[in-house]
Amino acid sequence: MKKWMSTIDFAQIIDALLPVFATLAALALGAVMLLVLGANPIKAYGALLEGAFGSGNALAETAVKAVPLLLVGLGICIAFRANVINIGGEGQMIMGAIFGTVVGLVMVGGPGWLVITLALVAGFVGGAIWGAIPGALKAYFGVNEILSTVMMNAIAVQIMNLLLRGPMIDPAQAELASQIPQTAALEQAFRLPRLVPTRLHLGGAIAVGLAILVYILLWRTTLGYRIRAVGQNPDASRYGGIRVRRQIVIALLLSGAFAGLAGVMQVYGLNYRMITDGSASGFTGSAGFNGIVAALFGQLHPIGTIPASFFFGALLVGANKLQRVMQVPSSFIIALNGLVVVFVVSSEVWRRRRQRRRQLATTAKAETERTVFTGPEVTS
Amino acid sequence: MISDILTTSFIVGILASGIRLATPYLYASMGETLGQRSGVLNLGVEGQMLLGAFAAFYVTFTTGNLWLGLGAAIVVGAAMGLAMAFVTINLQAQQGISGIGFYLFGLGMSTLLFQMTMGTVETVSGFSPIHIPWLSDIPVLGDIFFKHNLLVYGAFLLVPIVQFVLYRTNLGLKIRAVGENPEAADSLGVSVSLVRYITVTLGGILSAIAGASMSIATLNVFQQNMTSGLGFIAVALVYFGGWRPFGVMLGALLFSMVSALQLRLQVEGVPIPSEILVMMPYILTILALVLTVQRVRAPSALAKSFEREG
Repeated sequence: MKKWMSTIDFAQIIDALLPVFATLAALALGAVMLLVLGANPIKAYGALLEGAFGSGNALAETAVKAVPLLLVGLGICIAFRANVINIGGEGQMIMGAIFGTVVGLVMVGGPGWLVITLALVAGFVGGAIWGAIPGALKAYFGVNEILSTVMMNAIAVQIMNLLLRGPMIDPAQAELASQIPQTAALEQAFRLPRLVPTRLHLGGAIAVGLAILVYILLWRTTLGYRIRAVGQNPDASRYGGIRVRRQIVIALLLSGAFAGLAGVMQVYGLNYRMITDGSASGFTGSAGFNGIVAALFGQLHPIGTIPASFFFGALLVGANKLQRVMQVPSSFIIALNGLVVVFVVSSEVWRRRRQRRRQLATTAKAETERTVFTGPEVTS
Repeated sequence: MISDILTTSFIVGILASGIRLATPYLYASMGETLGQRSGVLNLGVEGQMLLGAFAAFYVTFTTGNLWLGLGAAIVVGAAMGLAMAFVTINLQAQQGISGIGFYLFGLGMSTLLFQMTMGTVETVSGFSPIHIPWLSDIPVLGDIFFKHNLLVYGAFLLVPIVQFVLYRTNLGLKIRAVGENPEAADSLGVSVSLVRYITVTLGGILSAIAGASMSIATLNVFQQNMTSGLGFIAVALVYFGGWRPFGVMLGALLFSMVSALQLRLQVEGVPIPSEILVMMPYILTILALVLTVQRVRAPSALAKSFEREG
């Protein structure tokens, strides 16, 4: 019996380590790419590590990059549990930031704590709206959410450019007749507190706290149970009295809301104004996409997404060092991220195979036991 | 004002450029149609397009030979398609997510290669317009339809070809069977894996040609992320067109005509913010998806991995 227990634990450890192995394989392929590009892969990865973890400040920068990834990733965890894929993180971050920034620009002279709180709530709402629309389109009109979220991203970018070049433009920029889409700076009192001298802001602690809340939401509340039930078997859920459509809307709404928070925190924690180069990634830094990668790497578990976000934050920060020291463009990291995603999803096949083998083994064992027990009855 | 804009040449201009703009959508969405009819959702189209666009541009730029450039795009597209096929068919990876992985890879890799090899935006002289004899002399219609480059004609020829393959050939029957009921197809001796390998690889090739049609036929430049979401729209068009080649073509034309109109309105200086104009095609696509999706059923096995029992 003891031996049986230990093999199960061992198997679970292997399952948990699968994404790590997959990532190592992706990094190995990345090393080959570096070789082809004429860069020494050991030096390159060394520079990457040093850039991400080499000093206290480097660590803090890694955490700064991890915050939006974690928040977007939490939303992805919720959506995936309902079997919904949310590619709309970019647009949801943008809408959250717009909503939140409006609060800071309108409530001039207001008390800092109140404005920050209201801004975060507004960001949550902005992202929620931008998530709920594709949610409703999927639930009530059967529109594929992958496609609608991509379209919503493109629309959000245009809304951002329209506002940041128009009514929300920085008056100083407007005077210069500049085309840089940015808002005026927020008041000093509205800034999220920082861990001086680094740029790590309160958003980091909030994001980790929210990860725990999302865990509780998904596994300790009725709403979470419903969301997961819909994701696993919509027909059975409907039969069990769960309103499937509503859960799908809620899942995408929450998913968007967390991305919205990520967006508003970029404004209140880092830049202290909303600024872009006219593209989505100009504001988000592609966190809306990279958050999906982080969540996947964290096995779509809110707690697992914490270290996963930190890991990908490290890649992003290390990429800058890589560019400075080795002249390898930071776009290498985007390609590497892609490889990691492909390798990690591909590695799932081994988990499933092992799981099936275990199930077969247990059924076989149960059947042997039954034969042993029923044997005498049949003969008597 | 309005009467100034609505001249014949204005309308002809929009229709002609709409047809030109439809080209990359057609290549990419025809490939995606084949893939989805066989049950594979390829979300990596955008990445395949970018790599195809870069390969075609770089080879054309260095050798001066457009056909070598197009060939390079086809090789790169086939490689990306094969990789996608291996991951989704043999390793049974979740198709939506692995597609995003391939997108990120293509985005990063094309940017990386561009920065390491060229670094600055260059131009090539791409495929030049071919005036089809006699037909291009027809007033109005000639200007709209018969003064395009080779890849534009190719894109529109592709539509009836895909239609024919899907509905009139043995391979097409297998593709549809595998997409609707892989278990039944398998029990009748159809190799589900082989059929899907063919469609996904073709999809990769066509996506890469879609990218090449931008970099060496219509725009004649390569810039990082030059497709900017076009590949995702191509996927949306497949849903919009109800998985039928001619339906998909209609969607592509509608989308590109609206794009052409908004580009032209911007040039004309219409007092509508350009952002609103750029938004229009996307809003339209969402509305179109709302109106069409409910009536058409997707292939039953779409985005599901197939594995034999036992």
